[in-house]
Amino acid sequence: MASTAHAHPNYIKIFIILSVLTAVEVGVTFLGLPRTLLVALLVGLAVWKAALVALHFMHLKIEKKTLTIVAVIPFILCVFLSLMLLPDIYPR
Amino acid sequence: MSEAVAVHGGVEPAETPLTPESWGKLGMWLFLAGDAMSFGGLIVAYGALRYHSKSWPVPAEVLGINLTAVMTFLLIVSSVTMVLGLAALQDGDKPRFKKFMSLTILGGAIFLGLQAYEWTHLIHDTLPHYKLAFSTDLFATTFFVLTGFHGMHVSGGVIYNICVLAAVSRGRYQAKHVEIAGLYWHFVDLVWILIFTFVYLL
Repeated sequence: MASTAHAHPNYIKIFIILSVLTAVEVGVTFLGLPRTLLVALLVGLAVWKAALVALHFMHLKIEKKTLTIVAVIPFILCVFLSLMLLPDIYPR
Repeated sequence: MSEAVAVHGGVEPAETPLTPESWGKLGMWLFLAGDAMSFGGLIVAYGALRYHSKSWPVPAEVLGINLTAVMTFLLIVSSVTMVLGLAALQDGDKPRFKKFMSLTILGGAIFLGLQAYEWTHLIHDTLPHYKLAFSTDLFATTFFVLTGFHGMHVSGGVIYNICVLAAVSRGRYQAKHVEIAGLYWHFVDLVWILIFTFVYLL
């Protein structure tokens, strides 16, 4: 078991990217951007960070595809759930 | 593999099936998929309720994001120490693993302490000041349900990590067990990234 993985992913690099992205997230809230742009930007950054954690820390990038499929299904279902609620939400 | 080829007349499977070493990880991933749906349901409900509300306080003003940004950073750091600990154990360096795993546990514990401090402050000072109460305002209700559900996951993760550290120290757990615990811990970090955005920043 101990000898199976010698080449580890560059975790420190991912850590630096995640830290910078977090700083950017906090930074953009002070810019006074239009609401729609801000929401799109923040959601994009959050998804980017979540993907980095899943791909590199949870090893999905180097894992067997089966595990990626299991991981992606709830994400798709949540998007579907949001879309299902749209008709209820839309007329306000 | 060769048996399968012999039985099915040389038809190659599309992908190598999961080997027994992956079964534990598959189990944890299946649990996390269900858990993700719980969080997904809560976050989507939060979005729908917030969108429907006539007035919604600006979260950054009521909650403040400085402390939470530190908490976010802290969870990211504890995720990094977790993978570094796993890498150390995979290389057979047990003392280094113990050091990083202890830091991971410490990071989780500090996160919980900060959350307790934040909640206390909110309940006693901030929310009464804005006349927001847990039982009457969706803003407060959704906040406590989402961060509380996540906080319970962090508590569980800290206990889980302590057990794993003890089991590795006694020689009962190996790197594969640590990797499975890591999946749970990184998932908790991942969910916090989303909660930080949806509950605090937006």
